[in-house]
Amino acid sequence: MAENLFNKVWDLHKVKRLESGQDQLFIGLHLIHEVTSPQAFDMLRERGLKVLYPDRTFATVDHIVPTASQERPFGDQLAEEMMQALERNTAEHGIEFFGLHTEHQGIVHIIGPELGLTQPGMTIACGDSHTSTHGAFGSIGFGIGTSQIRDVLATQCMAISRPKVRKIDVSGSLSRGVYAKDIILKIIASLGVHGGIGYAYEYAGEAVRALSMEERMTICNMSIEGGARVGYVSPDQTSYEYVKGRRYAPQGESYDRAVEYWKSIASPEDAEYDDVFELDAGQLEPMVTWGINPGQAIGISEPTPRIASVDRGHREVAEKAYAHMGFNEGEPMQGKPIDIAFLGSCTNARISDLREAARYLQGKRVASSVKAFVVPGSRQVAKQAEAEGLPQIFADAGFEWRGAGCSMCLAMNPDKLEGRQLCASSSNRNFIGRQGSPTGRTVLMSPAMVAAAAVTGKIVDIREHL
Amino acid sequence: MQEQQISIQDIEGRGIPLRGNDIDTDQIIPARFMKRVTFDGLGEFAFYDHRYDDEGKPTKPHPLNDRRFKDGSILIVNSNFGCGSSREHAPQALARYGVRAIIGESFAEIFAGNCTAMGIPAISLPHHDIEEIMQTVEHDPATPITTHISDQVVSVGEHRYHFDLSPAYRNALLTGAWDSTSLMLANLEEIKATAARLPYISSFESVEVS
Repeated sequence: MAENLFNKVWDLHKVKRLESGQDQLFIGLHLIHEVTSPQAFDMLRERGLKVLYPDRTFATVDHIVPTASQERPFGDQLAEEMMQALERNTAEHGIEFFGLHTEHQGIVHIIGPELGLTQPGMTIACGDSHTSTHGAFGSIGFGIGTSQIRDVLATQCMAISRPKVRKIDVSGSLSRGVYAKDIILKIIASLGVHGGIGYAYEYAGEAVRALSMEERMTICNMSIEGGARVGYVSPDQTSYEYVKGRRYAPQGESYDRAVEYWKSIASPEDAEYDDVFELDAGQLEPMVTWGINPGQAIGISEPTPRIASVDRGHREVAEKAYAHMGFNEGEPMQGKPIDIAFLGSCTNARISDLREAARYLQGKRVASSVKAFVVPGSRQVAKQAEAEGLPQIFADAGFEWRGAGCSMCLAMNPDKLEGRQLCASSSNRNFIGRQGSPTGRTVLMSPAMVAAAAVTGKIVDIREHL
Repeated sequence: MQEQQISIQDIEGRGIPLRGNDIDTDQIIPARFMKRVTFDGLGEFAFYDHRYDDEGKPTKPHPLNDRRFKDGSILIVNSNFGCGSSREHAPQALARYGVRAIIGESFAEIFAGNCTAMGIPAISLPHHDIEEIMQTVEHDPATPITTHISDQVVSVGEHRYHFDLSPAYRNALLTGAWDSTSLMLANLEEIKATAARLPYISSFESVEVS
């Protein structure tokens, strides 16, 4: 019985079994941001503790930064205070901080891979549920809460019980107009938003092998939306190549030794899993959400589900979803007018996402009824986009080009929905109120689908517009 | 380092029945209330958008607005409670509201981990038990509820419901050894030994190139 990647990496990082019954797991890379870390630093102070491995923690600022103007001090005093707290804490503890004074600021899950900090075979923790993103490299990324951030700062470890591992085997190949985002939305719709509780998901199969690192990140990113705290792809040549030459990547002979290690922790063909789920990528069509959680998603040609056909346990949430969204059961999602088009977030704001949207937008105009904006995931993504002339394409099409940050994914900054606005969004959560208005409505989709919705003013099937 | 001393044994109180599956942490504490550098005062914002009207008055129908449950300290929930964002602000807001234990069908993993780290037992019971407890409390909000950690039983009035905790976690709550920072820091030598055997630290430590 061959071990899968998850168990190999876990065993390598296991410090010992704790009295609480959990394992003490060493964390190779700790990423922090302004929202969930200040209380953790206060807890350290209260206990008179220091950061044990300050060179294994890296900070950036993303959630609260305005994207229209990033001038300091911020107009929002509370946001400014959070920013200052992070500056103080990182300076006091000797932690590298990729703030607004650097070229590397951006969404924490975008800058980790970009800087080469994220590498195969590592354990990674961050006070953000989308830390599963880093699993795209064959690392194990855990989203953690603030008390656990305190743990990682003080001990470079977290206390956690080992989950089971489910292989998600995606065969076939994607059709034109169907993307990584559609694969993960389909997986969540199939297994449910709590289907992954107690599991780590290993995404495998020929369709996953064919994906770029950025596409794999999109899939791993949304693992948590399916209840799986961890999602990963066993590393291969695509992963090794992506890491090579990046700022914090091993260089020269070190890189060769690294690749040896990375190969050693990969899941072999005959690896054992606690469960397997199979999906044919060839059967997929563009996905959209119709409800109030990411599991409430359908193919663009399907009608919204009948309440009577929904599992009994999910009916109440389905009813709540229809009431909130103002949609009816059994109707198409195509043709629904949108108010806002948001292209951004740790799910889909990498250079390949921007390129795909820009390719469609070339020579087109955003509908007059729609406000559209694009928020690059990091300053490096923005810089690359500028080198390729993308901001001009977006501007000519009527998209606002913004500074890097989390923006309207969670509206902890000035980017918010107003009233009952309907947003076509490339982000990860369609929870009620998520985008800043308690009555606002979110429809999740791929970046290309967002661009097409912006231009036509309504939800459409991108395949008919390519 | 006082936290490590606190033993969590029997938690007695009244219940707050909060119905609904998949209640995410954005509902428990909307992101706009996280713009602060402490957890202080979060209690009043728990379930804000479900409780407060446009004028900021707690007029919406919600268990936390219901006078019958205002003295409750044991939250009773359905499945996948606390899904979504990892924000510890969610259990912190509930704790500051006065919640000391949560009983539910199932919990999202990060949320449950946060509760564990905070010393708030998140106890799982089957659907029919939860339904029965909710109905009991809805019928008589004064019904006394006690979660006995030592014998793994929730008593609700005359009824008793058995739940499972790992022996080690149960012991940790009872002895106060649930504080993970203290537990793990005690293993400093093992931490260093683990770091030393990791190839990416010992064999090819990343070097920053400018």
